[in-house]
Amino acid sequence: MDRTRRSFLKGLAIAGTSAAAAAVPVVSEASQARHAPEDAVGMLYDTTRCIGCKACVVACHEANDLPPDNRTDALHDQPQALNDRTKNIIKLYKEEGRRSYMKQQCMHCIDPACAGACMIGALQKREHGIVTWDPNRCIGCRYCQVACPYSIPKFEWESTNPRIVKCELCNHRIKDGGIPACCEVCPREAVVYGKYTELLAEAKRRQAEHPGRYVDKIYGEHDGGGTQVLYLSHVPFEKLGLPTLGEKSVPSLNRTIQHGIYKGMIAPAALYAVMGGVMLRNRKKNRDEEGGDA
Amino acid sequence: MSGHKATPVGGPLLTRTTGTLLAITLVGAALAIWRFAVGLGPSTGLSDGYPWGIWIAFDVVTGTALACGGYAMALLVYIFNRGKYHGLVRPALLTSALGYSVAAIGIIIDVGKPWYIWRIPVSVGKWNLDSALLEVALCVMTYVIVLWIELSPAFLEKWGEKSGLARGLGAFMDKALIWFIALGMVLPTMHQSSLGSVIMLAGPRLHGLWHTGWLPFLFLVSCIAMGYAVVVMESTLSSRAFGRVREDRMLVSLSNVIAFVLLVFVAVRLIDLVVTGKTALLFGAGGLSALFWVEMALFLVPALMLLAGRGHLGIGTMFRAALMIVFGGAMYRFDAYLVAFNPGPGWAYFPSVPEIVITLGLVAMEILVFIVLVKSFPILSGTRPAAAATK
Repeated sequence: MDRTRRSFLKGLAIAGTSAAAAAVPVVSEASQARHAPEDAVGMLYDTTRCIGCKACVVACHEANDLPPDNRTDALHDQPQALNDRTKNIIKLYKEEGRRSYMKQQCMHCIDPACAGACMIGALQKREHGIVTWDPNRCIGCRYCQVACPYSIPKFEWESTNPRIVKCELCNHRIKDGGIPACCEVCPREAVVYGKYTELLAEAKRRQAEHPGRYVDKIYGEHDGGGTQVLYLSHVPFEKLGLPTLGEKSVPSLNRTIQHGIYKGMIAPAALYAVMGGVMLRNRKKNRDEEGGDA
Repeated sequence: MSGHKATPVGGPLLTRTTGTLLAITLVGAALAIWRFAVGLGPSTGLSDGYPWGIWIAFDVVTGTALACGGYAMALLVYIFNRGKYHGLVRPALLTSALGYSVAAIGIIIDVGKPWYIWRIPVSVGKWNLDSALLEVALCVMTYVIVLWIELSPAFLEKWGEKSGLARGLGAFMDKALIWFIALGMVLPTMHQSSLGSVIMLAGPRLHGLWHTGWLPFLFLVSCIAMGYAVVVMESTLSSRAFGRVREDRMLVSLSNVIAFVLLVFVAVRLIDLVVTGKTALLFGAGGLSALFWVEMALFLVPALMLLAGRGHLGIGTMFRAALMIVFGGAMYRFDAYLVAFNPGPGWAYFPSVPEIVITLGLVAMEILVFIVLVKSFPILSGTRPAAAATK
């Protein structure tokens, strides 16, 4: 009994010390916030300019070769929300005389939860900080859907060879010198494409130019660690369905802990050595005491 | 003293019990094949809001924790040097090997493109080291293999009667086994805690009573208690079913350690909620607050039962405590992965009939293979005459 307790406490002490030792150097490293890449591009959506014409929804369908979502009445293309055939949608918020349109698509986070989740990097920040999906790396585990605080990635539930569907900022058009289809067709420049830094400056310029028009905040400047799609709004952002996130990115806590435990695989290796060592010693001791009962 | 050596239970393999289990397994298998023919949408209650259902929350996350008997026993027996009581280790390892194998099958059924799973272990350069799920995937794949290796002496002993090769391999395993057992302790430590990290990434979508930086620690601690509890239950049930002499002196002597582990779980959860200023949620979150307290009670009460019984712990008390631990741990995991996960308004999830039947099929298969293997191979010890076990 006594011996058990002693070795138990010893074991606890070893485990505790190695865990603490592993965690210490990492907290400082991982708490560094991530920044948008140098060549980052993005979009700026301004609720005061959008007239809800949904030209962007149609253009997105065409530019991305998505089949029409006619599942509501088997006739018209009328998606109800972002789904496996809809990467971009316009919704209307209306309440007590206040109204606003809202455009939903991938936010292209600076530190995306989906990319943090993805096992072998099917979802990743690639050129210009655009979060894109690689069909050759996806096994369809749907962890990205669990992780994304904006509920953006969608899954082809009706397919036997399903894909993840989400806005990729028309990266295929950008590659050819074009711009995202939604930004190209918008008749009021309610959504514009550009360099991330310029969009941020433009948002601030509009706020300064029209005092009182906008909520005093640019959504995405800091939210959830920042997003490359920015929002200006005349109604509170939560009314648009944008979640209230802190300034830390969703994956930062995971990174701190995960990297803390697994830094250089030192802790697991030490644990392995200690376990093996203790068992080896115990076996020897038992053999000495009992004349060998393996 | 009962026999220390494990022996096959013997008896006919096909009985009413195993026949029923086989039938349920086959129905589940047929539905699993159908799921691949029609896709996940028509066959499950899953949606873009609830992309993970009972196959993940129960079969994988809860199932592997219940399959931690091998881990908990190895940890307690080998590290705390209770090596004299080997009798519980083999059945615990078998339950673990089966539980993890079933979880692996569950994952294959759940993911959209299982024919690409092989890419995970081989795509070394593409590994996303931020991903807790990658860690879980790699660890579980390795651990399934390690568990069957840990159990291999049971098979080699029997085959060794006829084959010299098996005998030689058995002698080698006798020496090498320690290093596999050590691996069998490191791997669950890694992936059981990582299962906590996995759902931690749900961040704001996971309710505050469950979301904490301590999730990995809480998942690890709870799986050790659950593993122990499952061994208690399995030892009680298989002694009844197969007429074996019970081996519970070690389980009794370990009950203090487990009570301590349970109290640590309760304390860390409560202290963390106080420190992070979330005390308002303790009573102010409606049904979720109630669930939280039920979970806490299912950890606290068995801890007190085990402590109160110090020295004269009865089998009945121990079995009841184990039952509570199993329920508490299962609830904690199920809640963290499903009930306390909120993807926003407009989404709901309830498992479809095929989801439930496939899960039942997996469980039936697990019990079926357990029965077949203990009847054929030296896994259970504490023998009584085989005639007593023809049931």
